[in-house]
Amino acid sequence: MTFDVAILGAGPAGLAAARAAARSGKSIVLIDDNFAPGGQIWRGASQIELPSGVRFYPQTRLFAVDPGFTLHTEPLGTIHTTTLILATGARELFLPFPGWTLPGVFGAGGLQALVKAGADIKGKRVLVAGSGPLLLAVAATLRKRGARIAGIAEQANFGTVVSFLKKYPAKLPQAIALRARLIGVPYMTGVWPTRFEPRQVTLSTGRTLKIDYLACGFGLVPNTEVAQHLGCRLDDGFVAVDSRQRTTVDNVYCAGEPTGIGGLDKALEEGERAGAAATGQPVSRKRSHTGAFVRDLAATFALHHQLYSLAGPETILCRCEQVTHATLAPYREWRDAKLQTRCGMGACQGRICGPIVHHLFGWTATSIRPPLVPVPAASLLTTETPPEPENDRSDNAHPSNP
Amino acid sequence: MTPSPDVVIVGAGIVGAACAYELAQAGARVEVIDQSTPGSGATAAGMGHLVMLDGDELSRLSLDLWHALAKDLPKQAEFWNCGTIWIAANDDELNAAKTKPGVEMLDASQLYQAEPNLRPGLAGGALATRDSVVYAPVVTRWLLEQAKAKITSAGVTAFDTLHAGAVICATGALTPKLLPNLPIKPRKGHLVITDRYPRLVHHQLVELGYLQSAHGDSNESVAFNVQPRPTGQLLIGSSRQYGVETESIDRHMLHRMLRHAFEYLPALRDCNVIRTWTGFRASTPDKLPLIGRLRDHLYLATGHEGLGITTSLGTAKLIAAEILGRTPPIPPEPYRPERFHG
Ligand SMILES: Cc1cc2nc3c(=O)[nH]c(=O)nc-3n(C[C@H](O)[C@H](O)[C@H](O)COP(=O)(O)OP(=O)(O)OC[C@H]3O[C@@H](n4cnc5c(N)ncnc54)[C@H](O)[C@@H]3O)c2cc1C
Ligand SMILES: Cc1cc2nc3c(=O)[nH]c(=O)nc-3n(C[C@H](O)[C@H](O)[C@H](O)COP(=O)(O)OP(=O)(O)OC[C@H]3O[C@@H](n4cnc5c(N)ncnc54)[C@H](O)[C@@H]3O)c2cc1C
Repeated sequence: MTFDVAILGAGPAGLAAARAAARSGKSIVLIDDNFAPGGQIWRGASQIELPSGVRFYPQTRLFAVDPGFTLHTEPLGTIHTTTLILATGARELFLPFPGWTLPGVFGAGGLQALVKAGADIKGKRVLVAGSGPLLLAVAATLRKRGARIAGIAEQANFGTVVSFLKKYPAKLPQAIALRARLIGVPYMTGVWPTRFEPRQVTLSTGRTLKIDYLACGFGLVPNTEVAQHLGCRLDDGFVAVDSRQRTTVDNVYCAGEPTGIGGLDKALEEGERAGAAATGQPVSRKRSHTGAFVRDLAATFALHHQLYSLAGPETILCRCEQVTHATLAPYREWRDAKLQTRCGMGACQGRICGPIVHHLFGWTATSIRPPLVPVPAASLLTTETPPEPENDRSDNAHPSNP
Repeated sequence: MTPSPDVVIVGAGIVGAACAYELAQAGARVEVIDQSTPGSGATAAGMGHLVMLDGDELSRLSLDLWHALAKDLPKQAEFWNCGTIWIAANDDELNAAKTKPGVEMLDASQLYQAEPNLRPGLAGGALATRDSVVYAPVVTRWLLEQAKAKITSAGVTAFDTLHAGAVICATGALTPKLLPNLPIKPRKGHLVITDRYPRLVHHQLVELGYLQSAHGDSNESVAFNVQPRPTGQLLIGSSRQYGVETESIDRHMLHRMLRHAFEYLPALRDCNVIRTWTGFRASTPDKLPLIGRLRDHLYLATGHEGLGITTSLGTAKLIAAEILGRTPPIPPEPYRPERFHG
């Protein structure tokens, strides 16, 4: 199957790119590994309009790309295209502290996704902890679904958060609206969890709280694996793009979180620009989301250095292979540590522990190889053309939960 | 100034590490030089199957040495005496396998009892009970530590500048870059590792046709070779290619190898693959390693093709015997470098 443009990721950036690209009348395919469009933020939203002329394949994972481009996807098979837009979003950053791998501890966004997908959280006491605007959003969702929010522990200082909001008053209404949904919930700043035991969390202040679940999110890590696999240049861990969202690889564009963690508005604006540029349409010169916002956001929620030393010797850093801090600490570089301890060799291939060892030890875990995500062995052989989707576009426009 | 070492070994793969260990046991001060992380060459790419090949004294000796060493190895070395089943697709292969020394013959029903997930219709197999598996990078690091070897991180460009009583070249598939006149060619292999599927496979499974693939000279070949890791993962091999020097996956080879593996073990189709990689074997015309003095005080311990993890321990015994003037434990002639020039 051949398309003029392929867009990877149906979050805000990918959807905006699809909308812009569709105006050109070119053939466009959009693929995403979730069951519905929307990405992280609009996950499970009942109505997401897909522009006409866009073929959408949900629950489709890209695991390799050949130059030119041939996309190898699971379970669809191969897709050919000349132009590629990467809108692969971000994942949560986990930081290890004693107890972080016990049942009862969740990623903040992960718990939000579970609840949106129908998991029952009624009456459960939850502490939402970590850093960044995401914490408020997660707490609001959980509360709406019946959770009792024991508090929000933001590691950044109150002063920094306030000056950030003063500098970006446009974000204020959003913050106020979220806060309004969280009346009565204590918002603690300069505080983080230091230990979790079943039904109890200890905070950096020394205080303990009785809770059922701890939802942690220490920030976002850009999903740059596909870009790296294609050979796109990264600057400081983010995909380098020009003012038309072009990466350093011809005909590969990138939009949203992989170019810098900046949230919804930036994702939408970059998606629009990438979709237009990739289809030869004029690209708006107006850029409201500049590098400055991305930098200010990062600076405001920069992690306190003490967060990197919460793990005890026996705390696990690599979940897949159960590798502890004490096991890894003697090594000086990632390759050696990986070969000797199996850290990063498990099913996640370093997606979770890579950022952890980067923050704790300064190692850069780079070795991207296909398959980019685990796929059944038989899928590695698929070369046949994917079948037409069962639903046509009008059905896709109303992704309803099964 | 520190005194110069008695022995300098170039290459900290499993072969160099085993030589360091053996010579240190004999009292030598050893320095090992590698341009990259110890154990990160072919040693990190290989399957770690400890396998005895018919008529090869070096692999027999080495397997004895592995069994003796096993009790001292750290747990992370993952030594596991799982045995090999050589699989006979038809009666001809089964009859031929009967001449293998030291194996227990399995008829078809015994084969399926041992490995119920193999495809139906196979004739039987030969079980080599002493064959084992190991995780080679950890063994390499452990051998270097036991040897108290000085490890120097540097690329070597010439041997004459190295000062020691003996210099050992253990540079594996990169040897031709240093000694272009030796008959060594890199031979590329692909491997695939799955997520954890304990109990799907119990022994290392190799088709009897493997030996044709390994010892033949065709430019490209594949063979069914699946290993259960102690972690419950499955390691899927094997492929052989001459004339390709890029590390990237050659999809046609990967496809051929997997398709062939699915024929023997259909359940593999549904196993999630988490990673694929390639590595280079140092291949000689007769597929046997080059072990022994090349000239002056320069010794070779290289050219181990697809068996160097197994034969590293035996190689070290031969090298040490030659350097120290001791009686070698097996006849060294089949492995001597001069067999190719004279
Ligand atoms: C777990 C989590 C929860 C969040 N919750 C909120 C929230 O409640 N409120 C808020 O304001 N912001 C939230 N954010 C931040 C929000 O995601 C971003 O601000 C914004 O959505 C960025 O849009 P995007 O299109 O760049 O990325 P995303 O929305 O992340 O979309 C990227 C899409 O690409 C898909 N994808 C990636 N790789 C592949 C592949 N190889 N094959 C197929 N598909 C692929 C992903 O599954 C995803 O659907 C959350 C972020 C995360 C990581
Ligand atoms: C796909 C595959 C599967 C295999 N499966 C098995 C198996 O199941 N069982 C088995 O027994 N064997 C197997 N092998 C073979 C085995 O891996 C090798 O024979 C063995 O690892 C060789 O060890 P080595 O120390 O000679 O080489 P290497 O591990 O490659 O070590 C050589 C070292 O020398 C260094 N070096 C090279 N040149 C220089 C220089 N100029 N200066 C400084 N340092 C240098 C390199 O950095 C490297 O670390 C397999 C091989 C492959 C490729």
